Amino acid sequence: RFHNLQELRHSASLANKVFLQRDYSDGTTCRFQTKFPSELESRIERPLFEDTVKRLNIYYAEAEKMGGQSYLEGCLACATAYLIFLCMETRYEKVLKKIGRYIQEQNEKIYAPRGLLITDPIERGMRVIEISIYEDRGSSGSCSGSSSTSGSSAR
Amino acid sequence: MLQLGVAEPMRECEYSQISTRSSTPMETPYKKRTPKKRKWQAFPGRNKFYCNGRIMMARQTGVFYLTLVLILITSGLFFTFDCPFLSVQLTPAIPVIGGVLFVFVLGTLFRTSFSDPGVLPRATPDEAADLERQIDVANGSSSGYRPPPRTKEVVINGQTVKLKYCFTCKIFRPPRASHCSLCDNCVERFDHHCPWVGNCVGKRNYRFFYMFILSLSFLTIFIFAFVITHVILRSHRQGFLNTLKDTPASVLEVVVCFFSVWSIVGLSGFHTYLISSNQTTNEDIKGSWSSKRGKDNYNPYSHGNIFTNCCAALCGPLPPSLIDRRGFVQSDTPQPTPPTNGITMYGSTQSQSHMAAATPLMQSEPVILTDEASLPGRTSLGGPCSGALPLGGQPTPPTSTPNLSCDNGMLPTRNDHSEAHHHMDGVHHHFLTPEEAPSPPGMLPCGSPLGHSHTIQGFYNPASQDSLHEDSVRGLVKLSSV
Repeated sequence: RFHNLQELRHSASLANKVFLQRDYSDGTTCRFQTKFPSELESRIERPLFEDTVKRLNIYYAEAEKMGGQSYLEGCLACATAYLIFLCMETRYEKVLKKIGRYIQEQNEKIYAPRGLLITDPIERGMRVIEISIYEDRGSSGSCSGSSSTSGSSAR
Repeated sequence: MLQLGVAEPMRECEYSQISTRSSTPMETPYKKRTPKKRKWQAFPGRNKFYCNGRIMMARQTGVFYLTLVLILITSGLFFTFDCPFLSVQLTPAIPVIGGVLFVFVLGTLFRTSFSDPGVLPRATPDEAADLERQIDVANGSSSGYRPPPRTKEVVINGQTVKLKYCFTCKIFRPPRASHCSLCDNCVERFDHHCPWVGNCVGKRNYRFFYMFILSLSFLTIFIFAFVITHVILRSHRQGFLNTLKDTPASVLEVVVCFFSVWSIVGLSGFHTYLISSNQTTNEDIKGSWSSKRGKDNYNPYSHGNIFTNCCAALCGPLPPSLIDRRGFVQSDTPQPTPPTNGITMYGSTQSQSHMAAATPLMQSEPVILTDEASLPGRTSLGGPCSGALPLGGQPTPPTSTPNLSCDNGMLPTRNDHSEAHHHMDGVHHHFLTPEEAPSPPGMLPCGSPLGHSHTIQGFYNPASQDSLHEDSVRGLVKLSSV
């Protein structure tokens, strides 16, 4: 229905939001649940969606990975009394930027044409992946927050 | 007649007043474009911010200044009175090493005190509503009935861990996170709230805290040893009494160091143990992973060996702050309303009444502190975190009182302390009430330290939500067009 973000902007209104919660089964590392929410069933194909979420999980795992490089960075930082971070970016921050670019690209290519928008989890305190669902302004629902009563949704 | 005469001018005044109001919309300056606010100014927790959001501390900072003063004075006296003698008699390496230690201690102290411990930002109204909906569905209850405390169970590495719902922040707390009632924030990997450092100790500043107490241990032992050496060497020449007359400061240093050594070295040892087993103070005090709870109880977060645990805690990746203190508040971003009383209110939700009921509980904590501050026994001067407050509790509504008494770190602390903390070397928790602590002098003059007292439009408004997303979509369009 929408072919690009501009069309979305002009003729869309926010209908609903879906939240993908964190998956703590692996401990405190950052992972999001990949369960496909029922509200999106009619909007996007399941493999595309799952691919996006899995990709994000991979990126977050990369950011938090404890390997030789992160130890080196940690020791170097300690030795320089953490002043080195005034000029250098931490690996985590670099990966977060990469994630930001990835989400933007996904939004432009896949989600906006389907009337959806993914919010970067860092803007929600890494608690959720927020997916906003837009409706055509001409059509029925500009009742934002009108809950999808279709049972327990994204759990 | 007189009355009429009086009435006429009055009526005229009223008329002119009314006309002024209606005819000049420019009279109300606040309708003009307000300057953009930074997010720290609208922060809902009870924190203080300095330097335009760059520095973040807890509200009670008096004890932090005490720590700073003790360290500065003792080190200053050492460098002024003892080092000249020692560098001549023994080696000039002594003041150099002392200097390095001193700088390291201050650096780590500032880093611990001023950085974000890992505060979890509160849920946006959308998220909170979504969670509430899911919980209601799961409970199968109507909105009128108050459901029991909300928990979620998750299996981590074979251990079942309960995730609790935080009524203040409206989120399910991640594992190992806890709500600090002093700062009114959920903190990731919450260790404890340290009044000596003036901040919570959590995921993002635990390594700095550990480095601080470790280097302070070395500094204290260093100063203690060399002051004693100095006094002994001098006494050989001049006699003990003459020495005391010449360097009276040494006596003060010895006294301070003697009392500090026990608590700080003990604390360092305790935290070394915690790091090597990958536990937080909170978990250790509650005995969450103790084998006394059950045969199958083990710590699911431990990496298995001491070396990996230490590396992970001290050299692992440092996650960035989630609260973005210096970002600008989008005027139509849904923000939780900043608290007027240390309690967040989301419009007029049902939980509001429970928050109000919980206030006396939060304020009762200083009362408990007062009782224990009068304890005799070892007072630890300059001993950071011997007065550690492992407050994992948070004000839960009255219907879940048993939950509260278990979570409130104060009460179990007293019991567990006696049996479990043999490795703290008999250090007494010396609690200073916030009232007893000396009031802080003016902090760095980096702009007005605004706390949480700004109220911004925070009520969830569907119409404004609309425009928010249009804005963000517009933003995306702009970005994509570049």
